[in-house]
Amino acid sequence: MQFIRSFKFLVLVSLLVLPIFFNQIGMSFYLDLATRLCILAIAAVGLNLILGYGGMISFGHAAYLGIGAYAVGIPAHHWLYGGLDFLATTNGFMHITIAVVISGLFALLTGLICLKTKGVYFIMITMAFSQMAYYLFVSIEEYGGDDGLVINTRSEIPLITLDDPIQMFFVSFVSLIFFMWLIHLITNSNFGLILKGIKDNEARMISLGYNVYLHKLIAFVFSGIICGFAGVLLGNFMTFISPEMIDWSRSGELMFMVILGGVATVMGPLFGAIVFVILEEILSSITIYWHLPFGLLLIAVVLFFKGGLSSLLSK
Amino acid sequence: MDYTLLLIQVLNGLQLGVLLFLVASGLTLVFGILDFVNLAHGSIYMLGAFICASLTYVLESYLLAIVLSLPIIGIIGYVFELFLARPLYARDHLDHVLGTFGAILVIDTAAHLIWGPAGIAIPLPDYLDGQISIAENIEIPTFRLLIIVVGLTAAFGLLWLVNFTRLGMLIRAGASNRTMVAALGINIRSLFAIVFALGATLAGLAGMLIAPITEASLGMGNNIIITAFVVIIVGGIGSVKGAFVAALLIGLIDTLGRAFLDDLFKIFMSTTAAENSAPAISSMSIYLIMALILSFKPKGLFPPRLR
Repeated sequence: MQFIRSFKFLVLVSLLVLPIFFNQIGMSFYLDLATRLCILAIAAVGLNLILGYGGMISFGHAAYLGIGAYAVGIPAHHWLYGGLDFLATTNGFMHITIAVVISGLFALLTGLICLKTKGVYFIMITMAFSQMAYYLFVSIEEYGGDDGLVINTRSEIPLITLDDPIQMFFVSFVSLIFFMWLIHLITNSNFGLILKGIKDNEARMISLGYNVYLHKLIAFVFSGIICGFAGVLLGNFMTFISPEMIDWSRSGELMFMVILGGVATVMGPLFGAIVFVILEEILSSITIYWHLPFGLLLIAVVLFFKGGLSSLLSK
Repeated sequence: MDYTLLLIQVLNGLQLGVLLFLVASGLTLVFGILDFVNLAHGSIYMLGAFICASLTYVLESYLLAIVLSLPIIGIIGYVFELFLARPLYARDHLDHVLGTFGAILVIDTAAHLIWGPAGIAIPLPDYLDGQISIAENIEIPTFRLLIIVVGLTAAFGLLWLVNFTRLGMLIRAGASNRTMVAALGINIRSLFAIVFALGATLAGLAGMLIAPITEASLGMGNNIIITAFVVIIVGGIGSVKGAFVAALLIGLIDTLGRAFLDDLFKIFMSTTAAENSAPAISSMSIYLIMALILSFKPKGLFPPRLR
């Protein structure tokens, strides 16, 4: 146990120190890589709450990343070009509020319907709703439609300049730690125990008198909000958002991170994101056809590794 | 309203509907009988289009290419079942989803390597390229009519196969209780493989039929698979009849929504408002319909009886 704990601590410290070090010796590329890693890890942490702890396999979580990023892009767009004055702002707290409210609402409305179903229905319906968001953004010409929207100004937060890559990285890193801590608290709370109970045996939880539907819905909404927040960071990091980021293959990649890292663990999604980002970087530097080896690897993981990387650690 | 335009759009909707049925029926069969979620079904649809396109150029005949491509796609489906699907039957749905998601990446990238990034158009022979006049002043393309006819034939063929043949009887028996069927001495593994290959062939056929209109392209499988999911969810997963009804419903709603929703909106809102909101609403229409149906019937329109 002692070994595992110090290993996890080591991973977190190197995630903080290494990118800064590389940046100082002029390899700023690795800093950007680490920022992207942290942001994807936050989304994976959010997905893990319902996928890992709650047993709800959502194949549509890229939609929330997209909503969060558009919540930065659309107000910034109106601030620059006019129109819809009530929405036009560059205030970061407003962006976060919009992202949280909209992604929460989207999760609430779709969750009300999705959660009436189970198993494969649930997978396919979450997928269909995220594709609905995809087509919605494709069809809105004003925000670039298919071509996407360039975010001209980053969110303004007092005392922080997101234009500075190091500060952008710190914000992402600290947010990641915060959400991992939050998930740790939630899953060890009464609510988290009920959620795990529902995953293990839903019928038993119903007969014990718990409102299963409500607990699942709260977890679903909360998970969407975390991914929405990750989307705000992603929009600020990329300064560009397009419907392609909502596409269901993005949702598949998020799922891959959670499963590979190991479901229902606090650090699992981070391990998954680390492996995903590094793999993507190495494979895509070798060949533009990197999806081919990546797909084969995915199949191999499914066929031969049950339980993800965390299970290797805890053996 | 212009009734000629309405008729043509209804025919377009039917065309989309039968194509959706060809893709969705394979999905719903494989899920209903094998309890297997196959995301890569759309990639097989895409492979059908590409293989047919290549063979058309080699053989210089579109019809001959279709005849030859169908067994090829069937074999691809069989191999897919053997190596990827079979080891995963005993696992949970999450593993199915991830494994077949990996298969999508592999198949799509392989297609990219083989056929290149651009789409391939299939030239139609002259006798299919014309127009047929079905009433005074109304002409529709022969080929679109052919798609509808072929699609409906395949649909009724499948319904007949499932409901009135020995193979269909085994398929239905396997869906309701596979252990019992195996205990009665039926080779359940080869039955599963046949069902899988059949579903792949139907999806491939849909790809071959649409290719002369839209050309064979890399993203085509991933575009149709989600709509096919909507179809089988609305129809009730596992029900071929449900898939048929839902496919036509979704095909018509999608096509008519895109064509006429702005005119409809103009009745009760300003022209600009209608033109701005109609594309957004019509692109979401099928998902809204799905949400509506699911709020009343969470298991779809024709839920199969419990096993």
